[in-house]
Formats: sequence, C-alpha cells, structure tokens
Amino acid sequence: MAALWTLSLLLSACLFWPACLALTSPSQPRNLPPSRGFNSSDGSLSVDLPMALRLFSVDYHHVQAPFEIVLWIMLASLAKLGFHWSGRVPAVVPESCLLIMVGLLVGGVIYGVRHSAPPTLSADAFFLFLLPPIVLDAGYFLPGRLFFENLGTILWYAVLGTLWNVLGIGLSLYAVCLLAPGSLGDISLLHCLLFGSLIAAVDPVAVLSVFQEMRVNDQLHILVFGESLLNDAVTVVLYRLFESFLRLPSVSGLDVLLGGCMVLVVGLGGLLVGLFFGLVAALTSRFTSRAQVIAPLFVFLYSYLSYLTSEMLHLSGIMAIVTCAVTMKQYVEANVSERSNTTIQYFLKMWSSVSETLIFIFLGVSTIQDVHMWSWLFVCSTLLLCLVWRATGVLLLTAVVNKLRRNTVTFRDQFIIAYGGLRGAICFSLVFLIEDFPKKRLFITTTIVVILFTVFVQGMTIKPLVELLDVKRKKRALPSVSEEIHSRLIDHLLAGIEDVVGYWGQHYWKDKFEQFNRKYLRRFLIREDHQARSSILRVYQELERREQRGDEEAPPLVDPRPHSRPLLPEEMDSIRRILSRNLENFNKKQTPAYSRHTLHQDATTGRTRKPLHRHQSLAETSTNNTQVATTQFIQSSSLLLAVCWMSASPHVLLDSSAPAPTRRPVDPPPPAAGEEQISLQHQAPVGRTPKKQLSFVLESEKQQ
Amino acid sequence: MGSRASTLLRDEEIEEIKKETGFSHSQITRLYSRFTSLDKGENGTLSREDFQRIPELAINPLGDRIINAFFPEGEDQVNFRGFMRTLAHFRPIEDNEKSKNAAVSEPLNSRTNKLMFAFRLYDLDRDDKISRDELLQVLRMMVGVNISDDQLGSIADRTIQEADTNGDNSISFNEFIKVLEKVDVEQKMSIRFLH
Repeated sequence: MAALWTLSLLLSACLFWPACLALTSPSQPRNLPPSRGFNSSDGSLSVDLPMALRLFSVDYHHVQAPFEIVLWIMLASLAKLGFHWSGRVPAVVPESCLLIMVGLLVGGVIYGVRHSAPPTLSADAFFLFLLPPIVLDAGYFLPGRLFFENLGTILWYAVLGTLWNVLGIGLSLYAVCLLAPGSLGDISLLHCLLFGSLIAAVDPVAVLSVFQEMRVNDQLHILVFGESLLNDAVTVVLYRLFESFLRLPSVSGLDVLLGGCMVLVVGLGGLLVGLFFGLVAALTSRFTSRAQVIAPLFVFLYSYLSYLTSEMLHLSGIMAIVTCAVTMKQYVEANVSERSNTTIQYFLKMWSSVSETLIFIFLGVSTIQDVHMWSWLFVCSTLLLCLVWRATGVLLLTAVVNKLRRNTVTFRDQFIIAYGGLRGAICFSLVFLIEDFPKKRLFITTTIVVILFTVFVQGMTIKPLVELLDVKRKKRALPSVSEEIHSRLIDHLLAGIEDVVGYWGQHYWKDKFEQFNRKYLRRFLIREDHQARSSILRVYQELERREQRGDEEAPPLVDPRPHSRPLLPEEMDSIRRILSRNLENFNKKQTPAYSRHTLHQDATTGRTRKPLHRHQSLAETSTNNTQVATTQFIQSSSLLLAVCWMSASPHVLLDSSAPAPTRRPVDPPPPAAGEEQISLQHQAPVGRTPKKQLSFVLESEKQQ
Repeated sequence: MGSRASTLLRDEEIEEIKKETGFSHSQITRLYSRFTSLDKGENGTLSREDFQRIPELAINPLGDRIINAFFPEGEDQVNFRGFMRTLAHFRPIEDNEKSKNAAVSEPLNSRTNKLMFAFRLYDLDRDDKISRDELLQVLRMMVGVNISDDQLGSIADRTIQEADTNGDNSISFNEFIKVLEKVDVEQKMSIRFLH
C-alpha cells in the first residue's frame, strides 16, 4: 500500500516537470531531427515593469539549456528511485520496460500540452554523451579472464553472426518488398541492406539491463554481453558501407571487397587506439602520487578521449573505449590510492546508470511523434525475420564452434543467446541518421516497433523462460571446502599436464602474456614502491584492497581450535574466504560477475562489515565509500576548476586522501626475476618473518 | 620432424597404444613428436630432469608431484608407452563410450580413473588413504606462505571432517569420490588433444 502511494507520488512528480517544460516553451512546430541534443525553446517571462523597478524577473532563456538537461536527468533518476520502492513490480517487469513506459507517459504529456512532437534523442547526443559511459563501465568491470577464455567464440558470434543476420534480414526484406510492389515498391535493395545492418545489431545497453536481473551462469552472460560489445565494429562498417553505396551511382565488386577489409580496419583500428590511450593513462597514473585527488579524472578523460579519437577517425568507438578500460585497469588500480579507486568505480557506476536511464526514457519519449508511417507487412515481416535469422544463425554457428571448445554451449544456452538478442537505442539513433528518402518514416516506425517488441516482450518473458528451461544458473550454494581444495588441485594438475603436452591452450598464451606483463609493462607503468616482488604479495595486496572495500562474507570469527567439533558457520566463512583469496587459481570462478547497479554484487544486503584489521593503524571501515567518493570527486573537480579559472593553487585540497604507506608489507628480499618462481616453492622458511606481519584476523582476534 | 617421428614409431606400436589408451593415430603421432622433443638425451625415455626443464611446470605448485605421477613405482625413466598411459587419463570422455557396457574393462579415462589419478597426487605413500599430514603438505604447496600453520591445520581438519564417514581421520578413495560427486570431473580433468 505504501509502495503504491510512493510510486504514484513519484510519478506525479515526474509528470509535473515536463508539464513545466512544456508550458514554458512556446508552441513552435518542430522539425525532426533537431539540430541540438535537446530541443531549444526560447521565451522568457518577466514582469512588465519599467526598467528601473525590475525587482523580480524570470529569465528562463538565460539558463534554458542546462536547466532542461538537469530536469531530464532529475526525472530519470527519480523514476529509477521510484521503481525500487514500488514493491513487486521490478521483479516482473525489467527496469528498461518501466523506463520506456515513463518516457511514453512523459512524451504523451508534452505532446498533449504542446501539440507538437516532444524533443527526441539526437544521434549526436546519444553517441557522444550517452553511450560512452555505459560502455566504459562495462569495459572497466569486464571479467577479464572469462572474456579472454571465450574470446574466440565471442568473436565468432559477433562478426560472423552479425554478418549472417544483416545479409539475411536485408535480402529477405527485399524479397518481401518485391512481393508488395504497391506499397513498398520504392525501397531498393541497398535500402533494405542498410536497414538490415542497423536492425540486426544486438545492443549492449538493452542486453545488459535485462541480463542484469537474470542470474544466468557466467559463461552465458559473457557470451551474450561480449558479442553485443564487439559487434559494434561490424555494424558500424556495414552501416557506413551501405550508406556510401547509396550515394554511389553504381557498386562494383571491388567496393564490396573493400568493405570487407574495412571491418578489419575498423575493429583493429579501434583496438589500437584504445590500447594506446590505455597505456598512456596507465603511465600518467604512475605520477599521480602527489596529486591524488585528480587521479580518477584521468581514467575518465583518457577513456573518453579514446572514444572521441576513434569516432573522429571513423573507427569503432566502442571497441576503443573497452580496450582502453581493460588495458589500463590493472595498472591504474596498482598506482592510485584506495580512495581514488573507490571514486573511479562509484562514478563509473553512477554515470552509466544515469545514461542508461536517460536512454530508455528518451526512447519512450521519442516514440510519440507527429508522423508515423505504418505498413503491416513490413513491420511484421521485419519482426519475424529478425527472430528467425537470429535463431538460425546462433544454431549454425554454435554447431561449428562447439567442436572447438572445451565447454560446449548447450542447447538451452543457445536458446537464451538467440532470444536475448535485444535491440536498443543504437538502432534507433542510426535510423535517424539515414539520409532522407520517401520511406524513411517507415523505417523509423519499424525500428521503434522492433525495439519496443524486443525490450518488452523478449525482455519480460526471458526470465520465466530461463526458469522454465532451467538454464544452468550461477551456483548459489558456495562449494564446500573440500570441493574447493580438490578443484584447485585439479586445476593445477591440468595446467601441468597441458604444459607437458605442449598444448597451446589458453594457459600457454596466458602465461606468455603474464611474463611479458611482468617483465616490461609492470616495470614501466607501475610506481616503484607499488611493484610487488612476488605474486604472493600481489595476492596479499589485492586481498587487502578488497577487504577495505568490503566484501560479502560474514564478519570474521573467533577461535579456530577445531579438531572434533563441527565448525560454526562464521568459521566456515572465514576459512572459505581464506581459501578463495589465497589459492592460486587459473579458472577464476570466484570473480564477481559484471553488475550494473552495484560494485560487489550485493545490492540488498547490508554493508556494515568491518574489514580485517590487518594492522592496528588501519581504522577505516567500509561504510563511508559513498562519502569518500563524493568528497573526492567534489574536491577533484573543484581543484580542476580552480586550476583552470584561477592561477592560485589550492593545496589545501590535496592533503585529505593520503593512504597510510605504512600498511604496505615489507617486501622480502627481491630474488632475481628468473629464479623468482622456483624460489617460491622454497620460500617457506624465508617467508616466516613477513608472515608474522601479515597475520590474519584469526590471530589478532584471538589476542583482542 | 613429423616424418622422422613416425618412422621411429612402428605401426604395430601405434596400434597397441591406440587400443590401450583410445587415442587416435594422429594424436599419437603428435604426442610422440612432443615426447622426442622433450627427450634431450635421445635414448627413448624421459627422466625427471627432462620434465623439470619445462619452465611452466617449474612454477606449478604441484609440479614435482605431477612429474612423479608419470614414473611408475620406483623407476627413474619412463618410455613412450608409459607416457601415453599417463596422458590417457586426461582424454575427454567421448559420448559413445559412456554407453559401453560394464563388461568391457574400464578405459583409462573413466571418471573413477581420473579421480584415482588426483587421489594419488595426495597419497604419496600409496596406502589408499589421505592422512592429515599428506593433506597439509599439498595445502601448503598450493596456498603459499601467507597462512600460518594453525589456520592451515584448521582447513585440513575441516576437509577431512567433510569427507570422513568412517571416522578414521583420513580420506579413503571412496570418501574422496563421494565428496567430488557434484563436481564435473569428466570435463574438468580433460584436455582436448588436437586432432
């Protein structure tokens, strides 16, 4: 009951603002698409008094653009807040659907008040401002190991699958148009192919938002998600290709061949741009020790720069930004302070959340338009063909790829991959960018219908279908201690056997990369005092870092004198935590999967747990993450502004985020790099001294 | 390199190995060329030093034990047959083998044999029991220097507790099998030997 009241309150607040918006702008006819991100209206109200006595005047025109932008963002955020308070609704309807419905409502209100089309999402605003944060967030929190293990399959689906879909949909749509020459006769083959290229692409935003709430197993998640990220290269190329073909008088075979090469160029080009900026960002972060407050900004600036650069060069911006994030992540995390890390993560999540909400709301708003061109045949056949071609594509490709994989993609997984191919705002923006031709309105309408269908119907039904098909979910139950230990043993065993056999599997390339990383990259890109000398200490530092951020285990426990009595659950948790952190493992099944809304996979559990008090000097708890992040962000942005606008140097802001350097453990005497690994096994006697300093909570709790 | 390897390995031998282990002809030839490349002394057998020359194996925490697993009891050299016999444990279980009736003797890569291989990594003294000390040794190798003996002891105790059903404070092979019944051992302990 309370939930309903809250929801209605918030919704009315949401409606109030656009009504304001609508009322304050004069009713001028709008042309689509507008030239700027958000529609401009000019008007200013002021009391009609002689100049001298103007005590109170409202000059809306002066603040119009930022005001409107902030109102939209506020609307989006309040809507999002409202859903989480609305009881059982989010369980059934995915958030994206609810947001689109809000957008529809808002659009309807504006239309009703203004009698003209509400502002639409301009392609520029979408591609330049709304899309990058989402992709950056996805790239930064990408589960790297899982991604690279499945990279072949992902690329297979992304490149070949998209090509199959595009050509299939385009050609069959053309066939449909030929069947109805009366209404659809003036759509040429190239137009159909162009339409196919933009409608076939799976959209990362939509996929993420739906799969988020659905806990499928990590492998399936990474396959769909990875595919949606990487198919951007193919989509971009094909779209531009067909668009340029439309302008050419004739198309030769050579042009088609060039188009094929362009896929490679665009993809690899984006990759290289991202790599470059990632490495530069890592290098820059090395020197931020004296100005820690602005360290997070570099992450965002460099990533955005890589995106803009590759868009400028007509390369794949999404690939660039993802590569940049993946590249710089480990070095930046090692270089910057703990608070800066927290800030980076929180702000990534925040911006991507706002972006996604805005995108969906605008999708809803833009649906309300002046002119829709409708054709039952075209729309229905597009919908049908999209589903059919995706299903057949996935089936065929999986049949081939299963022969080469260790873990086969099961039939149920294939169904989810095919059904989870949601279309989203990228298609929407691309369709607006098409050059004007008589049937453009039809394309726009069809795109909107397809997007709404996939998001609503497929988005809402995928969760029950998953449960119905009993897709292998994320393992809820934690494995028992024995299972973990024995599994690790088997992992090591397998890695050893693969080495004996000389199997060039994932472990080989991973080891080669790790060696290269250790020898050259880490030396160059990480601060002197932060380079851990051995992998064990690296594990330890990572452990500490994670402890500081808080984790999802129960509070640490008391006395471990076990022998015969059964262990308490807290003791179990402590042991489990020790194991999962300390056991070196190759197939890291414990990494938290990508989560849009939270940092460490616990959206609803309370987060007031103490980190292990490794050293007595460490008194911080993990509950003030948000405060830390916000403080730091405000400080850093005001610092930057101050530097820009004045020449005074605000040193006063720099002192507040100094991590205690004393908590870095004492490094054991650095063995030579070559013998480092061999000496690890014999390091047990040598390692006793640092071990005493690195004592776990079990011992310290005992003392307390 | 390939042609030389195949001439050194006679066809009858290949047939025998095929029957014993289930590998295909091309897989056997390829593994033979790997065997000869490891065999620096060129005497047709591998010694422990040959294995230790593999760099990644040296950093593997269980490297020594894995190497030991290749050598039969008390011997210092392993020939190609023995090499293949050990590797046969890691062949993936083909679908058509699953339906073979129990009368046929169990292939080397069955689930039980795979688990026996893993069990033997713990059980050095071959008494068919993993004692607390043996478990502690392996744990220490896998975990490293971070953890104190007490904590490691408690982990070992917990592990034994979870598995031990007859109360002898050690893990027998059957108990080991029982503990791992939920784990997909067939898939975890398999390498796809390239055709």
